[in-house]
Amino acid sequence: MKLEMKDRPGQLVAALQPISAVGGNIIAVIHQRETPAATEALDVQIVLELPEGRLPKLLDLLREQGVSVVRIGEERLLYECTLIVIGHLMHTDLSDTVDRIDRTGSAEVTELSLAMPAINSPSSARIIIRSTTRAEMKKAIRILRGVAEQKDLLIIEPLEDA
Amino acid sequence: MMRIAILGFGSVGRGIARAILAKNLDITVTGLADSKSGIIDPAGIDLLAALDRKGNGGPCGSPDVSPADVVAKADYDVLVEVTPTNVEDGEPALGHIRGALGRQKHVVTSNKGPIALAYPELRALAEANGVFLRYEATVCGAIPLIHAMQEGLAGNTISRLYGVFNGTCNYILTRMAAEGLTYEQALAEARELGYAEADPTYDVEGIDAAIKLVILANTILDMQTTLDDVERTGITLLTPDALRLAEEQDCTIRLIGEIVREAGVLRVSPRIVAKAHPLVVEGTLNAVTVETDLAGDLTFIGKGAGSTETASAVIGDLLYIRERHVQGS
Repeated sequence: MKLEMKDRPGQLVAALQPISAVGGNIIAVIHQRETPAATEALDVQIVLELPEGRLPKLLDLLREQGVSVVRIGEERLLYECTLIVIGHLMHTDLSDTVDRIDRTGSAEVTELSLAMPAINSPSSARIIIRSTTRAEMKKAIRILRGVAEQKDLLIIEPLEDA
Repeated sequence: MMRIAILGFGSVGRGIARAILAKNLDITVTGLADSKSGIIDPAGIDLLAALDRKGNGGPCGSPDVSPADVVAKADYDVLVEVTPTNVEDGEPALGHIRGALGRQKHVVTSNKGPIALAYPELRALAEANGVFLRYEATVCGAIPLIHAMQEGLAGNTISRLYGVFNGTCNYILTRMAAEGLTYEQALAEARELGYAEADPTYDVEGIDAAIKLVILANTILDMQTTLDDVERTGITLLTPDALRLAEEQDCTIRLIGEIVREAGVLRVSPRIVAKAHPLVVEGTLNAVTVETDLAGDLTFIGKGAGSTETASAVIGDLLYIRERHVQGS
């Protein structure tokens, strides 16, 4: 979100404090001083994670501090995980594999790149899953593991967590 | 002067003999045995002659002297047990190690079987007899990983440990990524270069890496695990397409062994790793990252196999024991 605040000592802290008060996690703060000096206002962009449903409360708190929110850009699916799947993907109904993750509602397959080899050889695909939370990502990967066992697919997971 | 008896005169045993000959280590070999023969000589065995006999395809000593004779009768301070690994029951190495510890002799081994299968028992036996049991060479060849974790990182809590524990798989994956080879082509190349055995199952199915995880879990992380506790997937089903798909995202695929202590997870599986990650090493190298509370993350990289490299780990253990115990005895 992009905030506008008075260019006075302590204002930035005043703007950040409510974020932790509502259980949010600040990922980045971008501070721009080259805004029109006459307005005596300061532009700050903050990237943050917020539990579902806490945004209205945060906006109230910010308003009380005299900070106005200029713009909010929301990205619902914050976590991303890339996996590679090897096996007879088409014969085992690839769209069903994808659908089982999408059906969770909180994780989605957002990208799929499929390499088609010679007929009857196993194919390889790279899939990107996005989810709202880390826990949902773990759940999605667990679902995928279950599907892989059932359909005899090999899943290559990333070394690092989402 | 330290007197040792060597069981096993293959790649590792000969590497140790050559290092003793080449360097002034003040180590005398009083017993030596391969699978078919043995020598006992309290005055010191002529290692050059034994290497020559072995190099000409012969036995290292006399067929009348068995490994068990060397263990029971030779006059030594440390038994160096460097025979090939048996993951089923650890024998005959396990019996020989028990025999030496029972005689109040220190033991240094590169043999994964006895350590993975019977470490608590062997350690108790060593303690009861007031001697050392050291096994640095069982995991990642030349990398002093066990020493670093036991000594250098002594005050740390290790929460997670992961890395490339098998050089054969790493070579195959490196070649598949670099040249677009199929698994079969890369394996054939690894065989030609002597990096893979005629039967590569042990390496490519991740069994070798899994045993190393069991050793680290049981001996360093105070876990009680067996080979069956390791979730294991090998590299045999990997396709050149999969490596290319990883490459498109500046990543590659490596066979990674991983221990997550709190979750009790031991797993060996191919994983997607960013190419810039320190664990992405080329060829037959090994690399291990250790996550600790005080020291942060540490990554160790080095040669995981080879005659001289494995001998380095064995000699490190021998000199460790001499520093602390044998000197002046």
